[in-house]
Amino acid sequence: MSKDQISGADALMRSLHEEGVDIIFGYPGGAALHIYDAIFNQQHIEHILVRHEQGAVHAADGYARSSGKPGVAIVTSGPGATNAITGLATAFMDSTPVVVISGQVKSNLIGTDSFQETDMIGVSRPIVKHSFLVQRAEDIPSIIKKAFHIATTGRPGPVVIDVPKDFTDPEYKFDFDYPKDVDIRSYKPVKEGHSGQIKRAVKLLLEAKKPVIYSGGGVIQDNASSQLTNLAKLLDFPVTNTLMGLGAYPGTDQKFLGMLGMHGTYEANMAMHNCDLILAVGARFDDRITNNPDKFSLSAKKIHIDVDPASLSKIIDIDVPVVGSAKECLDQIIEELGVQSHKIDHDKLKPWHEEIGAWKKNHGLNHNLLGQKPTGGKILPQQVIQSLYKETKGEAFITSDVGQHQMFAAQYYFFDKPRRWINSGGLGTMGFGLPSAMGVQFAFPESDVACVTGEGSIQMCIQELSTCLQYGLPIKIINLNNAALGMVKQWQDMNYGGRHSSSTYEDSLPDFVALTESYGHVGIKVKKHEDLESAMKECFALKDKLVFLDVDVDPNEHVYPMLEAGMSMEDMHLSKDIKTW
Amino acid sequence: MKRTVALLMENQPGALSRVVGLFSQRGYNIESLIVAATEDPTLSRLTMTTSGDQKVIEQITKQLNKLIDVVKVLDLGESDYVERELLLVKFSHGSINTEVIKELNGEIIFENNELLNIQFVGTSKELDQVLKDLESSNPLEIVRTGASGISSNLKTLTI
Repeated sequence: MSKDQISGADALMRSLHEEGVDIIFGYPGGAALHIYDAIFNQQHIEHILVRHEQGAVHAADGYARSSGKPGVAIVTSGPGATNAITGLATAFMDSTPVVVISGQVKSNLIGTDSFQETDMIGVSRPIVKHSFLVQRAEDIPSIIKKAFHIATTGRPGPVVIDVPKDFTDPEYKFDFDYPKDVDIRSYKPVKEGHSGQIKRAVKLLLEAKKPVIYSGGGVIQDNASSQLTNLAKLLDFPVTNTLMGLGAYPGTDQKFLGMLGMHGTYEANMAMHNCDLILAVGARFDDRITNNPDKFSLSAKKIHIDVDPASLSKIIDIDVPVVGSAKECLDQIIEELGVQSHKIDHDKLKPWHEEIGAWKKNHGLNHNLLGQKPTGGKILPQQVIQSLYKETKGEAFITSDVGQHQMFAAQYYFFDKPRRWINSGGLGTMGFGLPSAMGVQFAFPESDVACVTGEGSIQMCIQELSTCLQYGLPIKIINLNNAALGMVKQWQDMNYGGRHSSSTYEDSLPDFVALTESYGHVGIKVKKHEDLESAMKECFALKDKLVFLDVDVDPNEHVYPMLEAGMSMEDMHLSKDIKTW
Repeated sequence: MKRTVALLMENQPGALSRVVGLFSQRGYNIESLIVAATEDPTLSRLTMTTSGDQKVIEQITKQLNKLIDVVKVLDLGESDYVERELLLVKFSHGSINTEVIKELNGEIIFENNELLNIQFVGTSKELDQVLKDLESSNPLEIVRTGASGISSNLKTLTI
């Protein structure tokens, strides 16, 4: 029986189809033209033409984060490849499964400084989980198989496949046979936790009087939200989520402490500092959480579950490290607790819950700002998020860019479900919000998708408004316009005597309504508090339209709480005037 | 603290740059590095000496293990091991006494009427001492390979 004889380019597309890919984001160019012809000649996979390669990778990333399926982007060599780098670094820092296929110059030209040549493997090396340089057309199927396996298993991450143009030549054909299995001798991620460690963890969980569950993006990536929620309920433990972990535990639940860390809630940070046990799951104790590691939660015992052994005891010494997937390990813990259920004692946690309740009551975030007329006249950014939450009933997918608006969104929008909050937490990439929202909207065409942004961030990938028109993406852009790089300005206010070095540009901002309209979308300007809710309503009533809601917000507003650098988690600025130390 | 770490990695282009890149990327030191193909042509063996406290060494081995091209890592310092390094030194003819060479266990591997090339083998510490002893003879050129190591128990770095 003869097999299909096809080209490397066709093999690439067939392999993607075999992996269940139905959408790819990309931008053509010389070295990728054979592949683009193969895209044209097939029906299974839709290609979305973005306006900049950074947008392609962010869109693939947004698709991956919201759907749980790997996202795929395709770019050409040279500038196409280098433009993809920010997207790759973003995916790498947040451990998302993205596969980037880059065209490369012909193999005989590699190393000759030929036109549009960049050493993509070299340039991307520190920001990918792995990369492949194709060296024979016949290797394309097995490389795709390995790339998807690596991107989606263990601690997920981006994988680059660099394809020299001659290996996609339509004239060169070979037998296509897609491998059924994949076996990489040097890559065997551990799923199940060590049973002895699970028992040790359970012992500590049962002994704790002042416990906190601190969970991060790993719980969302591993689809372990229900396990996390069940465990917390079973033990009656309070839960805090990292910026990457929001939605893993229901945001509206009584036992939810909100986000922790740099701009975490007072009660979450106080609980972390004063607890006697931390159960960390799929989180990595990064500097935005721990503040000064030497002063981090000194009285607590620590259990850490993570699929990446290198995350354990990297920053903070861990008493019970558990290597394994969040889902499997939490299941194992729940099962072990089932055996020892007679030892679970909710009563002994009561004083702890009362202590937390008092913290929340005294210094918790005010979630009822919306109806209050702001004293300074200008709309408060927090009110915009509350209005967005009210209008979408907490059901929308929210993407964000990076800065104050991101923190306000994380603080004031309650996420009850995982994969609804999509933001660049690790790398902090301005420009992520709009293209990632495109990826989310493609994954969930019927759902409300809002991009919370600022007038600084949105301009970093504004060109994607054109992509949104081409594909009819009804994204709602909620622009918290304070006419300044708000987070930079806040730091300058707090640490640099209010010297706003290169953080303002008030007189040179575009008319965002006119700009949006020129791209064929709808723009709405909001200046007054009394217009906010009706404008938000109008925005979401336009079901089939992209709407750019440009809201002038109070430029003097800071994000609080804020941890004081170099100190512990209980040392916070609570407002411009109030500090906890 | 100086530590010797050995690893097996896929004998593929790019694999070595991932290992070396990891060190600069994460701010670890490489004091020496040796790499060569093994009896299994699909694998290369790499030995490096690095420095850092226990926590740093633990991170280094974990991060190395994370690299997809790295098949197996062994921190030789975890148990007994022996290391050897090769030192090649060039002298102009007549600047060094053959008795000194003998005393230091050196071996003349090339000689003409202008110069001598001499080989020394030992632990890195021993070779440090050899170099000190040779200083007065004014060596023209010194080459060290960096240490290679093998465990001195039944624990093997093989797949």
